[in-house]
Order: sequence, then structure tokens, then C-alpha cells
Amino acid sequence: MNSSLSPVLSASRVSRSFAGKTILSDIDLDIRPAEIFGLLGPSGSGKTTLVKMLAGIDAPTTGQIRLLGTLLPKRSMLQQIGYMAQADALYNELTARENMEFFAALYGLRGKRRSVRIEETAGLVGLSEHLSKKAWQYSGGMKRRLSLAIALLHEPPVLLLDEPTVGIDPVLRRSIWAELRKLTGKGTTVVLTTHVMDEADKCDRLAMIRDGRILAEGSTAELLRQTDTDQIEDAFIKLGGAGQ
Amino acid sequence: MRIRAVILRTLRQFRRDKRTVALMFIAPLLVLTLMNLVFNGSAYVPRIGITEGAADTFGEALTTQNAKVIPYPSDEQAEQALEDNKIDAVVSLQGGKPAVKLEGSDPTASRAVMSVIQNAAASLLPAASPSAAANADGSASASGNGNGNGNVYNGNRNGNRNGNGNPLAQPEISYLHGSGDMSTIDHIGPVLIGFFIFFFVFLIAGVAFLRERTSGTLERLLASPIRRSELVLGYLGGFGLFTLAQALLITWYSIKVLGIVMTGSFGYVLLLTLLLSMTALTLGMLMSAYASNELQMIQFIPIIIVPQLFLSGLFNLDTLPDWLAALRFIMPLYFGAQAMTDVMIRGQGWSGIAADLWSLAGYCVLFTLLNIAALRKHRKI
Ligand SMILES: Nc1ncnc2c1ncn2[C@@H]1O[C@H](COP(=O)(O)OP(=O)(O)OP(=O)(O)O)[C@@H](O)[C@H]1O
Ligand SMILES: [Mg+2]
Repeated sequence: MNSSLSPVLSASRVSRSFAGKTILSDIDLDIRPAEIFGLLGPSGSGKTTLVKMLAGIDAPTTGQIRLLGTLLPKRSMLQQIGYMAQADALYNELTARENMEFFAALYGLRGKRRSVRIEETAGLVGLSEHLSKKAWQYSGGMKRRLSLAIALLHEPPVLLLDEPTVGIDPVLRRSIWAELRKLTGKGTTVVLTTHVMDEADKCDRLAMIRDGRILAEGSTAELLRQTDTDQIEDAFIKLGGAGQ
Repeated sequence: MRIRAVILRTLRQFRRDKRTVALMFIAPLLVLTLMNLVFNGSAYVPRIGITEGAADTFGEALTTQNAKVIPYPSDEQAEQALEDNKIDAVVSLQGGKPAVKLEGSDPTASRAVMSVIQNAAASLLPAASPSAAANADGSASASGNGNGNGNVYNGNRNGNRNGNGNPLAQPEISYLHGSGDMSTIDHIGPVLIGFFIFFFVFLIAGVAFLRERTSGTLERLLASPIRRSELVLGYLGGFGLFTLAQALLITWYSIKVLGIVMTGSFGYVLLLTLLLSMTALTLGMLMSAYASNELQMIQFIPIIIVPQLFLSGLFNLDTLPDWLAALRFIMPLYFGAQAMTDVMIRGQGWSGIAADLWSLAGYCVLFTLLNIAALRKHRKI
């Protein structure tokens, strides 16, 4: 591993169990600065559980997670993270702008900077014209985009996005990916989960998760070479089979 | 800063949810008005049937009392009227002595009949037999109901009624608190005001916090650097401002519009209702952790709210078994209702209600801390 790049986010020997049932075990991850890191895995494999721990909301049962060198969970480190949950967490009776204002305030944004950031992020996800609509009037995809905009509000150095592109049409999905790229260009580190294989191609590096274990980790090219396949989907199936 | 954000958001949510606002503002007024009409109605006028024989002597005495007297030519007809529930009692002459037969299914009517008859008997026989004298005692307080004009020391007016000048026959009646014309609604009013505020705030705060949890916004909130205490205090602030308005409206309406007895300071009543609602809020939030949907939140009402109502002073608890009556000391509403009664009816000030106030504040602080601790379930730090 490249030692000159100390990891932004790292997990070492992390496991998580709920009521004695082990959901994640032996997770080792190093996420490098300014990369897009994808967590790829089938439903129920433990992606969300892992992301919550990386976001510092949940604590591992064993093992350690460090963000920028600091051991998580730690409340002050939450300021460094932009989190987008898998389920949209919005106040339906409030307007989109009010939702954004609320979360912006929680991250300490105020005054002019707050309104500027709200306009900017809403523009990024194509919601500028719909900010005065109430959240319950939003379509599923619009809610997803609003959640993403909220995660971006305070310009965090690390973004943790749980299935950010579900329910978003191909055109907008492309523009969101372009935006994420732009952000990494400015030094933001992005971790996202997906179970869509073609999105995996767009990540710098990937970790494949199945049944709470990491099957493989590396760039798309590395994973393809390692499994002697030419499609990420095949690589995933092969790895899963080999693991059994 | 973050507390302010939570307060602002809570208030905005209220502004958007017209129905809830209506429930919290209008519903208590409606119920209180209804209660006022039911309990404040003028004294029940019993309908008493009287047969030929008894009519000439007793009938006259009865009509001077507050009763509607209906003459019947025969015992049978009177009995039939009683059977048909057209009258509340029949007075007849049985072997030279008056006899009273009551319909008896409604205690209020029965009591009214007894009071009227005893008064009538007392007025007929000023030099009373021992049993009649004992009855006259009861009748004196009953007649005070119709007679008192709100002054505290006016008992001698009652004494003039019989005009026989015998100081032993009619005791002088005076009141330390309240007055002779205080009705049931005046007595239970302070308890009810406290109860409604407690009830509605408990339910609405509980459901609001439950929604926060089930909709995922709680988790999202806790992914931000907000302190658990800031979240709880924000809720307290938002609901506090809102319920302050609610408390103002309810107390103003009860006192000024419904005319419920109020001898103490309005400020104390407000302070008490505010403390009660803060306690209800924190308790509701706490209980919402044990509910997985709105219906389960409603299931707490018979378990947590209703027992508090019964043990909070609405009814006299002296006849309850000690262990049951002692339960009230773990019920916040008891302290609130107690202090509300002390202020509104007994006109007491700080020293009179301080103990209850501190108990209530203690509960509020306790529940707040428990809430902050309970949030650890969602985020350890
Ligand atoms: N709080 C919890 N208590 C008990 N079990 C849980 C809890 N959270 C998650 N699990 C279990 O952990 C496993 C992994 O769940 P997780 O949500 O992490 O999957 P996922 O990979 O995100 O799936 P999906 O792609 O469908 O979102 C599941 O079997 C789930 O039942
Ligand atoms: Mg998931």
C-alpha cells in the first residue's frame, strides 16, 4: 500500500453484531484521500451497517474505525462527515428549503453562507425551482436528491452516501457522478454503497461485500485481473463462489 | 445555536400542522365548556307527587321549597306516575304519618328530594324531635346552596330563614375557602385544566418524537454534531413556547369566559401549567421510546394518563386503601393539580405551592435526563 497517502478513513478488524448475531466480521478498509470508494454487495450484506459505523453514528462491536486519525465514534468528528442515509430522512410537512435550513443550522451554517450553500447544493441536484415545495409533495427521486443536497451543505471533507442514486434517472445520475468527481477534484473523499454493478465501474476503488465479509478490495482493473474476468458482475460472482 | 434550530423547526412544524394546533387549542376549550355546562347547571328541581291526604299540610311546606309539586287524586295514580318516571317521589299519608317513596334510580334526584323534604319537615316542626333536628343540620347546608351570594361570612342570612330566633336550630355557616355557591366545576376546574394540558401535550409530544424516530430523521439528526441534550432541550423549547400559548388560552378561557373560581395569581397558574406541560412533554418523549407506532402511543393513555386523573384530586381519596392512595405521590399530575387547586381556589402564594412546584420541576428534570440517556440507544456519544 502506498504509505505516502495516509488513509482518510480506516477500519481495522471491525465486527458488528446485533443481539449476538454477527452481521459484519473482520472488516479491514483503508480509504484514501480524494477517491471515490464503492461498497458493492447484495441486499442484506451489511453495507448500511458498515456505512453507519464509518459515519460515526454506530460503534463497532470489536475493532477500530479512524477518521482523519481520530478514533470514532466521536461527536466532534461528525462535523467532518456528510451523511446521506439509505432511507430519506426528511420532515415531510416542511418545505425543502426549511429542511435544508434546519440541517444547515445543525452543522453551524448561518446567515449569508447558509443561503448561498442552499442555493448551490440545490442547483447541483436540480432542485432550485422546487425549494418552496413541501417535502411530501416531492417524488421519490426528488427526495433522494434533496437528501444528497443536505449531505453536501456544509462542504464536508468526507461524504458517506448510502445508495445515493437509487430512483434517480440516468441523465441526473450522470450529472451527480460528474459532481462527485468535481468534489474529489477539490479534495473531498467519497464513500458510497451500491448494488448496481455498472456504477461500480465509476469508482476509483471498490470493496465487495457478501454476508458481512469483504471478499476483495481494489480498483476495477485489479479486481478483474485478480478474478480473470472482464465484467465486474462476473468478478463478483466468481469471488462469491470462491469464498464458499 | 443548534437548540435554536430545533426550536425553530418544531414551531414551523406546528405552523404547518393545523389540525394538531386546533386539537391543542380548541379541544380543551370545547371539553371544558361541556364540563362547565354539565357540572354548573342550576340546582336540580325535584318533581314530587303528592296525594290528596298529605296535600293540605305538607304540600304547602313543599312548594315553599325548591320543588315542583304535582297533586294526585289517588295513591295508585301517584304510584303509576312514579313507575313511569314522571316524578321523582311520592308523598302520601300512611296511617296519619307522611311517607315518602322515591323513584331512586338517580342519586342526584334522590338527594334533591331528600333535601327538599327534610327542609319542609323542619319548617313544619320548629320544635323538632331529635331525628328531625339531626336532619335540619343537613338541610342547613343544602339551603345554603341556593341562598349564598358569594360572600364568605354570610351564614347568618341562612339563619334568618326560619325566623324563630333560636340560635341552636340553625347553625351559622361560613367558608374558609370558596363559597356556598361554588359548583362542582369550580372544584374540579383547576384539576381539569391541568389534566387537559398534561394529556394533550403528552400525546402530541410523544407522537412527534415517535415520528422523529420512525421516519429516520432522528438517526439523520444524530449523524450531525448535535448533542443529545441539545436535541431534548430544543424539543423542550419548541413545545414550551407552543404550550405557553396553549396554557395562556386555556386558563384565560376557564377563568374569564367560563368564570371558574380564581382567587390566586394568574402568574402562578401559568407557571404551573407550563411546568405541567414540560413534564408531560418529557414523559411523552420518554414513553415514545417504548412505542413502535402511533397506536401504541395511544395505548399509554389508559395506563399512564387516566390513573393520574383519578388520583389527582378529582375525587376524594380518603376512602381508598392506603397503598392505592399512596400511588399519587409518583404521579406528576397529582402535584400539578394540587398546586392548581391551591392557587385557584385557596388563593395561595409561593409558600403554599412551593413543595408541589419543586416536585413537578423534579419530575421534569428527571424525565429530561432520562430522555438524554435514552438517546444513547441511538448514538453512544
Ligand atoms: N439494528 C439491527 N438489528 C438487528 N439486525 C440488523 C440491524 N440492522 C441491520 N441488521 C441486519 O444486518 C444485515 C445487514 O443489513 P444492512 O442494512 O447493513 O444491509 P445492506 O447491505 O445495506 O442491504 P441493502 O442493500 O438492502 O440496503 C441484515 O441481515 C439486517 O437484518
Ligand atoms: Mg443498505
